[in-house]
Amino acid sequence: MIRNKWVAALVAGMLLGNAAWAGATELYNKKSLYRNILVYEDDGLRCMKFGRTTGSRQSCIQLSDHDKLIFNYTKMMMAALYLNPEPKHILIVGLGGGTLPSALRKLFPASQIDVVEIDPAVAEVAQRFFYFSSTGNTKVFEEDGRVFVKRALKQKAKYDLVMLDAFDHEYIPEHMLTKEFLLEVRGLLTEKGVLAANTFSSSRLYDYESATYYSVFGDFYRLNKNNRVILLRKGGLPAMSEIVGNAKKFEDRFRPLDTGKHELLPLLAVESGWPADTKILTDQYSPSNLLNAQR
Amino acid sequence: MEQFRKGLVFILAGWSGYFVMAIELLSGRILAPNFGSSIYVWGGVITVFMLALSVGYLLGGHLSVHAPSLRRLGYLMLGAAVATLPVVFWGEPLLDRIFEFAHDPRYGSLLASSVLFFLPTAISGTVSPYSIRLLVKQLHVSGKSAGSLYFVSTFGSAVGTICTSFYLVLWFEINQIFIGMIAVSVLIGLVAVLLGGLHDKK
Repeated sequence: MIRNKWVAALVAGMLLGNAAWAGATELYNKKSLYRNILVYEDDGLRCMKFGRTTGSRQSCIQLSDHDKLIFNYTKMMMAALYLNPEPKHILIVGLGGGTLPSALRKLFPASQIDVVEIDPAVAEVAQRFFYFSSTGNTKVFEEDGRVFVKRALKQKAKYDLVMLDAFDHEYIPEHMLTKEFLLEVRGLLTEKGVLAANTFSSSRLYDYESATYYSVFGDFYRLNKNNRVILLRKGGLPAMSEIVGNAKKFEDRFRPLDTGKHELLPLLAVESGWPADTKILTDQYSPSNLLNAQR
Repeated sequence: MEQFRKGLVFILAGWSGYFVMAIELLSGRILAPNFGSSIYVWGGVITVFMLALSVGYLLGGHLSVHAPSLRRLGYLMLGAAVATLPVVFWGEPLLDRIFEFAHDPRYGSLLASSVLFFLPTAISGTVSPYSIRLLVKQLHVSGKSAGSLYFVSTFGSAVGTICTSFYLVLWFEINQIFIGMIAVSVLIGLVAVLLGGLHDKK
């Protein structure tokens, strides 16, 4: 009898394990060239996950209101607009569910938005499940971010806003976190072009990353919650008064995104405090994943 | 003395295995800034290394037919070391040149890894069959000699892979790792040449 109970528990466990998480509905589950992509709905949210069941969520939308930003980091990335309120040419490296390009598209219907995504399957999933549309002046380039940036630089392309969102929680493309890469990105920025980067907030990598950004751009703002968003403007950071002024202008337009200055401005601070002898990450020295694994 | 010579042959073969895999691993790093780290970049790298090794095995076998000696094996090791130098000194400008005209990163990375890594890898590939020739004394144990040699050289490859990816990239720059490995190759190669030379005179 006891044995039967154990068997029953085991079977129930396996069944639950298959349904993954009680209450969640799986919509899509496929191995792509680079990872396993999982799309599911749970508690009014539709989310994309990399990995099978244990990975963290890459992207989520609220089914009743697609415009709403769900993750803190996507809201923090929007603070980039406080530094340059009218980007005409926008580059986003890393598509995910297309949250960032979709939000920017609504805010700036006439701007050109280029998105680079290495995984064709992610691009497909974003269109199919996350209401992302790559039509008109939104273009998706299915290639490596670094290669795109290098090529764009050669073609003398310029962007008013560049967003780096190519890292997932467990893997960093190391060639996109080096001084040389950031120099190339800087070369793409217009005179007052803004860079926003979604990065990690707690590991040994933090200081290395700070030192590397500083070596290319000088002072930069950061917004920290569970992620760190790095924000900076080419040619020096704008004064706080300018940022607050811009923030007021965006108050109404940010409301549908479920964020605003009350949330973003208090998070904004100039990064400082890393040891002076912190090593800079370069194409020659870039063990970012090893450093990120160390707390 | 004979035991020592035999040991040295194994060291050469083991180190050659280490050398090839460490370079293969780092080559992905070296190509990434220009060609990315997409799956096909790795595909190009692995293709070139396998091709180079296959050619190296063939060549090493042929070379071993005529007057095989420890001294000559030492020269092969020195040759592989010298052929790796361009990666350190001209790698970057060369990759930039290829990036200029290779618009498809698949063929760009294939060409780049051929230009930079084919020669040193092919020369490294000659070491194994040549070493087997030096070890085999009798026909009936030839399989055993070959087996031991495969063991040592592939074990060396495993060590080279884990050391490089787990630790060396955390402690050193890529070029420092390359120069360090080239120095070890030169050292071992020279010992083989000198010792082999002494033996030949006897």
